[in-house]
Amino acid sequence: MPLDPAPHPAVRVRAHAHAAGAVNVDNASRTYREPGDASRKRRPRSSRSVPALADVSLRVARGELLAVVGPSGCGKTTLLELICDLQQPDAGTVRSEPAALMPQRDLLLPWLNALDNAALALRVARQPRARARTRAAALFAELGLAGFEQARPHELSGGMRQRVAFLRTLLADKPVLCLDEPFGALDAITRTEMQGWLARALEREPRTVVLVTHDVEEAVLLADRVVVMSARPGRVVAELDVELSRPRTRTDPRVLELRERALVALGMERSA
Amino acid sequence: MTWRRATDALPALLLLAAVVGAWELYVDLGGVDPALLPAPHSVASATWENADLLWKNFAITAKEVVLGLGLALLSGFAVAVAIHLWHPVRRAVYPPAVGSQAVPIAVIAPLLVFWWGFGIFPKLIVIALICFFPVVVTTVDGLAAVDRDQLKLLRTLDASRWQAFRFAELPAALPAALSGARIAVAVGVIAAFIAESQTATIGPYSGLGREIVSDQSSLQEPRAWAAATVLCLLAIACFYTLTLAERKLAPWTNQPTGDRP
Repeated sequence: MPLDPAPHPAVRVRAHAHAAGAVNVDNASRTYREPGDASRKRRPRSSRSVPALADVSLRVARGELLAVVGPSGCGKTTLLELICDLQQPDAGTVRSEPAALMPQRDLLLPWLNALDNAALALRVARQPRARARTRAAALFAELGLAGFEQARPHELSGGMRQRVAFLRTLLADKPVLCLDEPFGALDAITRTEMQGWLARALEREPRTVVLVTHDVEEAVLLADRVVVMSARPGRVVAELDVELSRPRTRTDPRVLELRERALVALGMERSA
Repeated sequence: MTWRRATDALPALLLLAAVVGAWELYVDLGGVDPALLPAPHSVASATWENADLLWKNFAITAKEVVLGLGLALLSGFAVAVAIHLWHPVRRAVYPPAVGSQAVPIAVIAPLLVFWWGFGIFPKLIVIALICFFPVVVTTVDGLAAVDRDQLKLLRTLDASRWQAFRFAELPAALPAALSGARIAVAVGVIAAFIAESQTATIGPYSGLGREIVSDQSSLQEPRAWAAATVLCLLAIACFYTLTLAERKLAPWTNQPTGDRP
């Protein structure tokens, strides 16, 4: 595996080719039965099955940031839920170090303030409230959330809510972070800010990250490696190594080139 | 602030004045026999003349209502949680709970008196029996309406069943439970009336409900109406106390923007 000519401290050393990674998905398939049909008496046992993932294999090395891009409905969320042990594959195996999920919707609890939402994992881990709050509060300033500790979720902007949700995921203290389109619902300017912010946050707190996104540019800007998936049922159709130093800029010709290749793999752009 | 409060109360006061005025005119112009419907001014003077009696009976009934509702809210909430957590309980408990609402109190009142006499306890049972059902129904629905994804999220944080309940389901159900409680409170006063008329001894100090029954039978209509007015005020006071409690207990439901309209 060739390293960057001038490796940035955040560039992670990859070893996925030989050793078992932090996340190992081997030939995993998952099929859903169309919801509602199971309970409908009129059409017993004839429920339509929807394949979400078909024979997906991927490996994420410890400390690597893997981006998974694909069209809507390609089973990206299913993949994350398999990694987080919320679902089991119908076929194949999924082995992973303990993983924390940052869901697509922030799912902040409206009855807790921002600080308590961020500290939720610590409270669930039975830490005393005061200690949990102290630990979360220490990170609030770093994430530009200082002064909003007592705010309830509805008082926060979309970008702030995402940051609180990310902090909650981070404080779960799991080696693997599964981020499900973390910036999908944000406007373009906020999203750009948040991408820069996420890159810096991961520099400080290195983790193994699986980042699901439908934004190819986001994937190329943030990831060490990009996996491109096809539409339903999701299969891996391409893997791109992003061997660029950080911070990356979206106007960098190498970023543009990788973006192009990913889009070609998605079938959204014909190769020149 | 005070001025805003005053203008907030204005529509209610105007409506009250209109109703009382129409009522007064209706009786004064001979629309109805005052023995059936006493005019507001005679109800007012009956209130004034019997202030002591009304106050003592109010204290008795208010105690029954508060304790009875407390029992109803606690038992209703407990039954709802049990129904939510254990499916067999739902199957076992829901039919008799619905059925309990159809049992006329007059049928079981003698039994309650036989078991517990004429004290306050059988009255509390009657009030709780009448009022617990709306709490059960709204709380069960509230518990079931929790965001599935929030439960999933808690699972990724390794939350136990109890923690999922404590951090997500319980607070999610609280607004619905409190709505049920407000219905219960509105019914609570009439439940106290039923309880007293069925399980109280005859005597001057047996509560407002008992007083209304005996006043009506002794043709003291103005005093009966005075007692009824006090019952209405009690219901209103209970309702708004609970509304205030709701603001304290579930402040997120009053959010100006966000998930709720």
